[in-house]
Amino acid sequence: MSIDRDTVKKVAGLARIAVTDDEAQALVPELNNILGWVEQLGEVDVSGVEPMTAVIPNHLRLRDDVVTDGNVRDRVLANAPQAEHGFFAVPKVIE
Amino acid sequence: MTDLTNLTVAEIRDGFRDGEFSAREVTEAFSANIAAAKTLNAFIVETPDAALAAADAADAARASGALKPLSGVPIGMKDLFCTQGTQTTAASHILEGFVPQYESTVSAKLWSAGAGMLGKLNMDQFAMGSSNETSAFGNVVSPWKAADGKALTPGGSSGGSSSAIAARLCPAATGTDTGGSIRQPASFTGISGIKPTYGRCSRWGIVAFASSLDQAGAMARTVRDNAILLENMAGFDPKDSTSLDLPVPQWEAGLSSDLRGKKVGIPKEYRPDGLNPEIAALWDKGVAWLKDAGAEIVDVSLPHTQYALPTYYIIAPAEASSNLARYDGVRYGQRVLPDGAGLQDMYAATRAAGFGDEVKRRIMIGTYVLSAGFYDAYYTQACKVRTLIARDFEQAFTQCDLLLTPTAPSAAFALGEKQADPLAMYLNDVFTVPASLAGLPAMSLPGGLDSAGLPLGLQIIGRPLDEQGVLNASLALEERAGFTARAEKWW
Repeated sequence: MSIDRDTVKKVAGLARIAVTDDEAQALVPELNNILGWVEQLGEVDVSGVEPMTAVIPNHLRLRDDVVTDGNVRDRVLANAPQAEHGFFAVPKVIE
Repeated sequence: MTDLTNLTVAEIRDGFRDGEFSAREVTEAFSANIAAAKTLNAFIVETPDAALAAADAADAARASGALKPLSGVPIGMKDLFCTQGTQTTAASHILEGFVPQYESTVSAKLWSAGAGMLGKLNMDQFAMGSSNETSAFGNVVSPWKAADGKALTPGGSSGGSSSAIAARLCPAATGTDTGGSIRQPASFTGISGIKPTYGRCSRWGIVAFASSLDQAGAMARTVRDNAILLENMAGFDPKDSTSLDLPVPQWEAGLSSDLRGKKVGIPKEYRPDGLNPEIAALWDKGVAWLKDAGAEIVDVSLPHTQYALPTYYIIAPAEASSNLARYDGVRYGQRVLPDGAGLQDMYAATRAAGFGDEVKRRIMIGTYVLSAGFYDAYYTQACKVRTLIARDFEQAFTQCDLLLTPTAPSAAFALGEKQADPLAMYLNDVFTVPASLAGLPAMSLPGGLDSAGLPLGLQIIGRPLDEQGVLNASLALEERAGFTARAEKWW
């Protein structure tokens, strides 16, 4: 299947990347090329095959439910574009 | 006095230990080469003072008899590893100015082993690329030149690492490999590089691209140097849920080029019609070298090989779209806030301005293949084909211990040559991606020069956790290839 400019704009919206109409138009053939190429996977018979979840067999570890880190607020905020009163600051969300 | 920058890691370590030179002399020699090689653009940040501090500590340690495994050895650090107090960008504008407040596990291990940091190495943006042309800080240039004088790619994504090692700006460096990002640049620049089994090296503190594939590894000029470096990078880390809780073997001590009793498989699917005849000829030489080392050669089949690249280009972008959601302009990195913009507009403007074109392309592909209605057709299907690709290797390894293949389908190409066509660029990873999808250890080493005088690489792939087997077969090839060529200095 191929995608059009509106689909590109919808995907860009989902990905939170601003695109102009011209940029979206330019992406149409690029993305269609790549998607057309990966679609060849559809011809592989995968009946009875489980999707891979772990590339090397490994078990997920559990640890005790205790605090192992913390009290580093200033370091957490050190790289914030805007930090105020010990918080991350963002534009007003609720009118 | 010998030029210290021509020494290998093992020679620096041993010569320093034996008092032939000081760590400060070594570090100053490499820092001088770096300062004189700006044209190559291999470093994003140079840290000569950090390197000197480590060198002085090594000199003091030698005086007091407390040497560490890498005392006296300065190295380069790919800019994907978070380094406390030193800018880490993944070669993206969106992280420009980001100064980590913590150290990645792999880099911390190297520093505690005594190594010093010469600087942060340039790379493809977020490790997405095969030519080092997607960096926000400019292309890295290979020290090798085409016959017509054109500037060549050092490969990617670890292109700063490969260029710097080949140009004698550092004796070794870290790399990361998601689909070939250590092996392909090593092949293009006439050096060696190893990607260990997935889970050997902690991913903690490495800027994430595709978490089920990302794996740190070593790059250097010799197989022994790779063993030394990797030994000091690997190991269990409770902070990475996919870290393997296994002891780290003594790979250097275990090196042996005697391959008697070993079977090496030659996968027929890696010899497609139209394979570059010079690469096919080098592969044949590799077969002869392995036989000479005592190995038995067997023909094997990896029937799903042709599906590896499309599988990779669904799974890697899908994981990237999820991992890179964290760059929101709130907690770290760049923020773009248009006048009167709300939170959603700020996210979109920040990401539009901060990410490069290839990164945006992959995030969009990943978002699409994970979106409602397409998830099963693309993503689940790719995860199933990945199972089949891994199964191909399992079956091949019932007939052999290791595999020998070329590393890349061509020698280094000119900068700009493939930039216009993303798909042509992706095809460069055709021989490296399958082992990544299966999580297997794999190494590239230089086999010889093509008729244009450019390096070509051979790849050894091993069973899970058999880094020793990979290193040993590579050592046998290295001894027989006798590769000593280096780029003539023009920079």
